[in-house]
Amino acid sequence: MAGETRVTIIGAGVIGASIARVLSMFENLQVYVLEENYDVGGTVSRANSSVIHPGHEEDPENQPLRARLCVEGNALWRKWCRELEVPVKWVGELMLFERSEEEKEAGKYVEWARKNNVAGVRIVRKEELFEMEGSVSRSVEGGVYAPTAGLISPFEAVIALIENAVDNGVKLLTETRVKSIITRNNVVAGVDTNRGFIETDIVINAAGLNADEVSHAAGVEPWFRIRPRKGEYIVFDRDAEPKPSLILHTMPTPVTKGVYALTTVHGNLMIGPTAEDLPYEFKGDTSTSLNGLDQLVKEAGRMLCGTPPRSKIIKFFAGLRPEPPEGKWLIKTYSQPYGFVNVAGIRSPGLTAAPAIANYVSSLLIEEYGLRLVEKTRWKPVRRRITPVEEMDYNTLDKHILENPDYGEIVCFCNNVSKAELLEAVERMRAIGVKTITFDGVKLRTTAGFGKCQASRCRIRIALLISEATGAPLHSVVMKKASIGVGGVKTLWTESKESAEND
Amino acid sequence: MIEHEYDVIVIGGGPAGLSAATRAVENGLKTLLLENREMLGGIPLQCVHTGFGIHCFKEDLTGGEFITRLIDRAVKNGVESMVKAHVLRVQVDSAYEKTVYAASPIGLLKTRAKAMVYAVGARERHSYEVGLTGDRPDGVYTAGEAQALMDIYGVLPGRRIVILGSGDVGLIMARRFALEKAEVKAVVEVLPYPGGLTRNIVQCLNDFNIPLYLGHMVLEVRGSGRVEKVVVARVGGDMKPVEGSEFELECDTVIVSAGLRPDVDILEKIGVETDPATGGPVVNEFYETSVPLVFAAGNALVINDLVDYDVEQGEAAATFASMLLEDYTTQRLKWRRVERGRNIRLIMPQLVSGTRDVVFYSRVQHPEDNVRVTIRETGFEKRFSRVKPAEMVRIRVNAEELAKVQGEKLTFEVVG
Amino acid sequence: MTRVLEYTCIVCPAGCLLRVEAEEARVLKVYGAACPRGVEYAKQEFSDPRRMVFTVVRVRNGEMPTVSVKTSRPIPKNKVFNLMRMLVSIELEAPVEIGEVILRNAYGADVITTRRVGKRKSSRA
Repeated sequence: MAGETRVTIIGAGVIGASIARVLSMFENLQVYVLEENYDVGGTVSRANSSVIHPGHEEDPENQPLRARLCVEGNALWRKWCRELEVPVKWVGELMLFERSEEEKEAGKYVEWARKNNVAGVRIVRKEELFEMEGSVSRSVEGGVYAPTAGLISPFEAVIALIENAVDNGVKLLTETRVKSIITRNNVVAGVDTNRGFIETDIVINAAGLNADEVSHAAGVEPWFRIRPRKGEYIVFDRDAEPKPSLILHTMPTPVTKGVYALTTVHGNLMIGPTAEDLPYEFKGDTSTSLNGLDQLVKEAGRMLCGTPPRSKIIKFFAGLRPEPPEGKWLIKTYSQPYGFVNVAGIRSPGLTAAPAIANYVSSLLIEEYGLRLVEKTRWKPVRRRITPVEEMDYNTLDKHILENPDYGEIVCFCNNVSKAELLEAVERMRAIGVKTITFDGVKLRTTAGFGKCQASRCRIRIALLISEATGAPLHSVVMKKASIGVGGVKTLWTESKESAEND
Repeated sequence: MIEHEYDVIVIGGGPAGLSAATRAVENGLKTLLLENREMLGGIPLQCVHTGFGIHCFKEDLTGGEFITRLIDRAVKNGVESMVKAHVLRVQVDSAYEKTVYAASPIGLLKTRAKAMVYAVGARERHSYEVGLTGDRPDGVYTAGEAQALMDIYGVLPGRRIVILGSGDVGLIMARRFALEKAEVKAVVEVLPYPGGLTRNIVQCLNDFNIPLYLGHMVLEVRGSGRVEKVVVARVGGDMKPVEGSEFELECDTVIVSAGLRPDVDILEKIGVETDPATGGPVVNEFYETSVPLVFAAGNALVINDLVDYDVEQGEAAATFASMLLEDYTTQRLKWRRVERGRNIRLIMPQLVSGTRDVVFYSRVQHPEDNVRVTIRETGFEKRFSRVKPAEMVRIRVNAEELAKVQGEKLTFEVVG
Repeated sequence: MTRVLEYTCIVCPAGCLLRVEAEEARVLKVYGAACPRGVEYAKQEFSDPRRMVFTVVRVRNGEMPTVSVKTSRPIPKNKVFNLMRMLVSIELEAPVEIGEVILRNAYGADVITTRRVGKRKSSRA
């Protein structure tokens, strides 16, 4: 392929965004990212455990690709988080076992660590374990300690990746849904979307939960089906205790990596996930249940020496994992149609492996399609985050206010988020090409609305800011998927008046 | 940084804070009032209905009329106030030295004060706190949020409404929606009796033929983008849903009117002792918290039903602040703990000395008719023809009566 | 023919349950009222039920887009929605004072503002 090669990535989740960033490093590519929702982040990347796994839980015999890319990704995120200013903490993890019988199982992971080249993994018992992490339940016998585990803010990661990619020439098209893949003589020619035809040479399918549909649309892998696996999580208020310093989790089962008890990068205790396989058609089901809540509280009790009261739960949500058949990632280029690449079924450790998957995909483009990728001489690796008032010392804050009074006007009272940060979030959304500025997008970029009152005090005022910044009438400002109101307060009266006049 | 010093700093510009600041200035204290929203007034600004000022002004005013009077009175008295000033942290250096750090558009405020009146009001219980599960669609609001949306910002939240909770706020909102031609499908109340006043059941529900489901709870909200329906079930005596009794109500908006909690975040950070019954700080008869010269008043102290009590408490806190600033007597007093006996759900103040008259504010656990509220240790009693949780019981007990208490506690209880 | 009707009094928080014995269009006796206002309420509710109306009216160029309003006295219950309809077409220009009469003599009452709304400050340059 001569000249500029057009690459279209379907899906702005963590996989699509990582691939976009890596491909943005090259001269001769024009990269588009298509996202069907209002904003980036997708469904899977937004709601998960936030863990960057060490790689000792990946079976080197049965899942060699996952194992290799997990360990690579773990290392790459250290650099990427620094460059992109993504909140991350490298705290290490403990996989806990309660009975000595489980210890044999635990030994398996130490062996896998060795085979996968994961450093520092070893068994710790009782006193040493409690020394390491004081909040562990005393009924625990021991645990597998893995020092290279980390915690990231997953949605901030995706936002940062996309901002950096766009800054380096990638184009984001939101509210754009792929309807079909167009080929000519079995070569990819473009994609047909709800916003029209987009010409492209290469299609990279990173469509998360819908990746199977996209694959079928290209006529490949008709047997490949993604099954949604739901995981519920509970998040406690920041002042609830205990807040483990390390990541804790129960022993993995054939189905999941176990239930986690961890303190998020934002400082909240979070417990989850449950694991419930949903029917194929339930890809939109992120509902929670009292059953799930009870289960999580029970699991927390197994790991921690005391769970905070239920009254301290400030959020209860669910995420979906895209389970591929046999848990095997489908990362493959095709010759028929030529130019179609699947990066599908990226279930755990997908978030961890994302940077490595992106590198792997770009190497596939070179090896399989003979693409000549020339590195840009002026590629910008750095992206800055929005500076939060919450983290400023008072002298710094005072200086910021003198330059911009909006830093002194606090809008989200729970998390001390200022008008300046909120307006910057709106600007950044506009800058990357988001067409509809949503309250949800502003929330994810600033943590406004994440606190104790769950936005019941600031939602309106943030919507007002969005309305003023975009010119959209206040009632039409979109929260996440729907608008904050149905019209002005007299809307139904006006409607009835009009219909009376028409009678 | 703007550094300044005051005798007293009042946090919160609603009814309690405005009253405290006005009284403090009247008493000659150098006073600063901080309000974090764009205007003074607090919640009454968004209340279009009457019920305000019945005691204070002997008139039945709307929220707006009432708060306009308080604001005008504060301005006339020369109360110094700042809006858009949000407290980030309070530092207690010593009994007479508090430093309050607040963000404001004119700079970082570092205010040193001898005394502080904490009158930030309450926050609403939201959907996660009431155990609402299901999808998390757009269209779920707390009652106060919906009220502000409609009656300050002029936005209609939705067309087909289900209201969770039959407290007065929820009932008031039912009427607001009905008057703006929205369809209120139901008010769902988990208890077997309504949370709000009977008069509100009549003029907010009956007048508009809005169904009230007592002894029912909303189990789940369903909807993929916006609310589409709720699943409601009957509850048994154990407050758990009765299997098989579930039914659906189609709607596009869910209003959660599940009660208020004192907002004690800042107080907790300075180590103030809180009362799990009120949710607010433990105070003595001077409205002083466990941190010397830090006072609390209004909904931040205890959830009041009449705004007049917020005013009363704010004025009292300021009065005692000025009294104690002049002569700090509390250390020489012997404190008795106020305990809750039969059918007393909460009571404030929680510490009395027996050297002065005290006005107690209390709520019962469940409704009862023809009762006496008594102090077990002294035999004091006051008769009530009816007591209910939604209505505060306000009782003045004089110093002589309280002085009769020999031991360390006095117990209020409801006797048939 | 006498009939018996029940009302819950809304005059004060007590909410007395009132029983009214009436004949044709005339109240014979009111039981259950704890005070004379309750008796008055029962008679009124029987012959000519009335309600106060509290709502908002739209404001242009104000610091808020609404102002709260009330009726100066209770109006006939069956005219409440008629009054609401009349208020839809009203849009006031800021500044709006408190206590302004925005509609005179609608079903026997005036409609008065219960809040003040200042003029919206122009946005920063």
